[in-house]
Amino acid sequence: MNRTLYGNLIFELSKKGRKGYSLPQDYDRTHTTAELPEALRRKEAARLPECDELTVVRHYTNLSHNNFGVNDGFYPLGSCTMKYNPIINEEIAGMKAFAGLHPLQPAVTCQGALEVYYNLQQSLAELAGLSEFTLNPCAGAHGELTGLMVIRAYHESRGDSGRTKVLIPDSAHGTNPASAAVCGLEVVEVKSLADGTVDVEHLRQLLNEMGGEVAGMMMTNPNTLGIFEPQVLEITEMVHEAGGLMYYDGANLNALLGECRPGDMGFDVMHINLHKTFSTPHGGGGPGSGPVGVREGLEQFLPTPRVNKVVVNYDGDNEPYEWIGYIIDWGTDSSLGSVGSFFGNFAVMLKAYAYILSLGSENIKQVGPLATLNANYIKECLKGDYLLPIGGLCKHEVVFDGLVDKSSGVTTMDVAKRLLDYGYHAPTIYFPLLFHESLMIEPTENESKETIDAFIDVMHKIAEEAKTDPELVKTAPHNTPIGRVDDVLAAKQPVTTYWKSIADS
Amino acid sequence: MFKYFPHTEEDLQEMLKATGVESIHNLFDDIPEPARFKRDYNLPEALSETDLRLFFNQLTAPHNTRQLVCFAGAGCYDHYAPSVVQNIIQRSEFLTSYTPYQAEISQGTLHYIFEYQSMIAELTGMDIANASMYDGATATAEAAIMAWGNAKKATRVLVSETLDPKIRRVVETYAHFNGFPIKLVPAVNGAIDRNALDQELAEGGVAGLIVQQPNYYGIVEDYTGIADKIHEQKGIFVVNANPSDLAILKTPAEWGADVAVGEGQSLGIPMTFGGPGVGYMACTEKLMRKLPGRIVGQTLDNRGQRAFVLTLQAREQHIRRQKATSNICSNQSLMALYVTIYLSLMGKEGLREVAEMSYAGAHCLRDKLVATGKFKDTFPGQPFFNEFCVDYEGYLDALLDECTANGYLAGIKISEKTLMLAVTEQRSPEEIDELVDIIQQFKTEEAEV
Amino acid sequence: MAKFEEGLRYSESHEYIRVEGEYGYIGISDYAQHALGNVVYVDMPEVDDEVTAGEEFGAVESVKAASDLISPVSGTVVEINEALEDTPELLNEDAFANWIIKVKLSDPSELDKLMDAEAYKTICN
Repeated sequence: MNRTLYGNLIFELSKKGRKGYSLPQDYDRTHTTAELPEALRRKEAARLPECDELTVVRHYTNLSHNNFGVNDGFYPLGSCTMKYNPIINEEIAGMKAFAGLHPLQPAVTCQGALEVYYNLQQSLAELAGLSEFTLNPCAGAHGELTGLMVIRAYHESRGDSGRTKVLIPDSAHGTNPASAAVCGLEVVEVKSLADGTVDVEHLRQLLNEMGGEVAGMMMTNPNTLGIFEPQVLEITEMVHEAGGLMYYDGANLNALLGECRPGDMGFDVMHINLHKTFSTPHGGGGPGSGPVGVREGLEQFLPTPRVNKVVVNYDGDNEPYEWIGYIIDWGTDSSLGSVGSFFGNFAVMLKAYAYILSLGSENIKQVGPLATLNANYIKECLKGDYLLPIGGLCKHEVVFDGLVDKSSGVTTMDVAKRLLDYGYHAPTIYFPLLFHESLMIEPTENESKETIDAFIDVMHKIAEEAKTDPELVKTAPHNTPIGRVDDVLAAKQPVTTYWKSIADS
Repeated sequence: MFKYFPHTEEDLQEMLKATGVESIHNLFDDIPEPARFKRDYNLPEALSETDLRLFFNQLTAPHNTRQLVCFAGAGCYDHYAPSVVQNIIQRSEFLTSYTPYQAEISQGTLHYIFEYQSMIAELTGMDIANASMYDGATATAEAAIMAWGNAKKATRVLVSETLDPKIRRVVETYAHFNGFPIKLVPAVNGAIDRNALDQELAEGGVAGLIVQQPNYYGIVEDYTGIADKIHEQKGIFVVNANPSDLAILKTPAEWGADVAVGEGQSLGIPMTFGGPGVGYMACTEKLMRKLPGRIVGQTLDNRGQRAFVLTLQAREQHIRRQKATSNICSNQSLMALYVTIYLSLMGKEGLREVAEMSYAGAHCLRDKLVATGKFKDTFPGQPFFNEFCVDYEGYLDALLDECTANGYLAGIKISEKTLMLAVTEQRSPEEIDELVDIIQQFKTEEAEV
Repeated sequence: MAKFEEGLRYSESHEYIRVEGEYGYIGISDYAQHALGNVVYVDMPEVDDEVTAGEEFGAVESVKAASDLISPVSGTVVEINEALEDTPELLNEDAFANWIIKVKLSDPSELDKLMDAEAYKTICN
């Protein structure tokens, strides 16, 4: 990463008459858009940049130097599972035969793509301990929404229309209640105990009060503190007894690969973030993919399109033979509907499937244990300098409550920003909300002991700096392309386009 | 040892010792016994990189995955993208970074999103665009929710029958669960029935109307006067527009739209079996704080430099929880980068040239198909852009099979008789002629046997 | 330290109302503005809108938080504080001097359910 800012906007590099493309000129010009009635045409041409090719290449290459990716260094960002994004996956996803496929071309001409799609559906079902998956949702939040739709469609199909509430632990990520609201469900918070796990007595009380109105409960396990919910089996049983379904937020699934499956804990519906657990790149915020799985008996509610496998037996002239193929189901009456234009983020699925095949059954089993070992190792090594509010085993991530010694006034924000100076991405900060100074660290299974030891050393060093030179930490970062930004200014007078910025100046 | 796991036996022992745990599996002793997974996954064994390539090479062999000369559209188009786009997308600083929460080390992402927002605002004519949505369909559904949430005493959201039925299905799905009614406004000759619309509006209680431009059938509709009527009852006018065509066509803003949405795939993104694409969403300044999704804004850093940062976050789920404008957390950032680089290269003139070539090609193909005598216009007299519908005199499935057998994807069958074809600048005059030739030569009777 | 102005009525959701005759000026308490931090936007209703005791009528946003405004009384909005549209930070400068909406009270007895400064101070501590 560069230490100095490359700050030009592409619009500022534009010069009339330049171009960065070439198109064939020999085509039939019998018809031109001038034929369209004037009422249908825009008045003025769009003010897009006019640049030559090298200018564009340099501009975006320079911009990339202001960024920090997993390939640049350790990314201990809690709850985001910033694992290595294998390069071979990109090669597979970029294969011309896949890139050039139209989603509506006849199924018989894209059996290879459909086979990958189908196999990924089945692989995820095996990994999750569930019956079927849809790959349609484009992200985790999209998966949550889709999963909640499945739950509602299930109750609707039984004529059980009074189930309008969803139980969500108060420690949950904000997406859970937001997804519930978009799905038309009323959120009821379940309290947490002091150690951050679900207060089962409070849950029991809520189920006694409103059990018949409960559509289901959403849970993340390990929870947002990285702690495995010890009473998960009791919880799923209680909710089932009240007639509700259990939703598993797969945000933290990575910890459990090889050791535990959501289906075996009693969950009925879940989503998986392929961009977390299955190594597909985060791409600066997307595209992700959020497949949704369901247990047996709920398959018919999944959104369409779906890809199914068919086996047809022919009576050949000499001997019978079998044809195995894949077909697309574009819509059935019981399905909840559709949640996207086509099949979902297919290129992302290719990467995830390449990852599953690369690891194979034997190596996938190692993922959860290695990630969990890394997290526990960090927890033990840092707990002298950073306040560990909850002892015991953690899973794939560990949450500290700021520095043990807070006397110099150095906050979690300051520690996070100082880490940037040392060439690390910051951990997740101020989440979960259970603590005031949350600092959440998630090292994935790809990080070596050397990488982690170096990070631990820097964390100790920052704790030391907080005592000896607190100003240095409070004013960090110092070695980054820009310093801390004025986000009050940004929100108070929003300038969100170049046009607005030149109009204002 | 596996190539993605760096832990040697020695590392494991040292780390376990520091952790005070005997075996790596003891880290899971807190999981109740009945929930422990104790067998092997029923999955294939690990493939070497060589075998992995072999596996995918087989899957993409022509008998398994066949690239056809694409005359299909229906929301996914085979457009040209300069080589530069794909190359820069693969830069790991963009590809492997997270959502730009840490502005100090994410200026690359924040910066291009700001450029993307500016370009979308310019193409649509709207004041503000968000950092992108999953796809055009979900962006449209979010617009419906926005309209419903904005209305005080509405009874329904109107959707034109000429909106892509795939998008409509998503809008209806979202609306059903969110809890508001969708009412379909019928079409006449492939365009919204203005009388039916007027009747709906006269009844009142309209939270919003969603239309598409060009519409599902490729027709460029005249939406003059609609916005005012909707605004009279404080409803929201949503125009779903193909951004590529906005090089030429009247902008959503010029139609009086409050919200513009659409699919950005046609701006430099490969088809890849329909995803990932990118949904764009833009609105008027008045609706800025009701807009879902991420938004990047300009500000200053403490060194006085212009910098970019995620802003207006009080709308979003991590702050507002169930009161957020949407549950969306991410954007299709990398896909927005495709669009940004594509538009930087194509620029003002390139996008117009693409539009002209696509328009010319589609009209040329339509003329030639009608001239075969086997087709007639499905919607006579309607202006179209680069996609159109024709009715076939014979058995359409057989004709399409024949084209497929010859390596051509001759459009999408949208009813028993009706074929919808799209032409982009990627289709050469020779390909157009060859497709017409295949169709001309085809004898319906033979295939029907 | 947050200020607690005497003579106003306070709600548990940190709004205050200053009653003048049949009208009331509603704003957020100094304690609330402290908790929110730098206010960047105030979402206000329109004149003539009805507000209901216990129901939301708008929101106050800071960079990292947002809080719904809950009306302490029922009535009709007769005026909004337009200065807050461009200068929302006025709430940080003086929350009591900068009311958000002026309401014509429809049921003055609702005021009895609200707290005085002393009682409100207790719940804030």
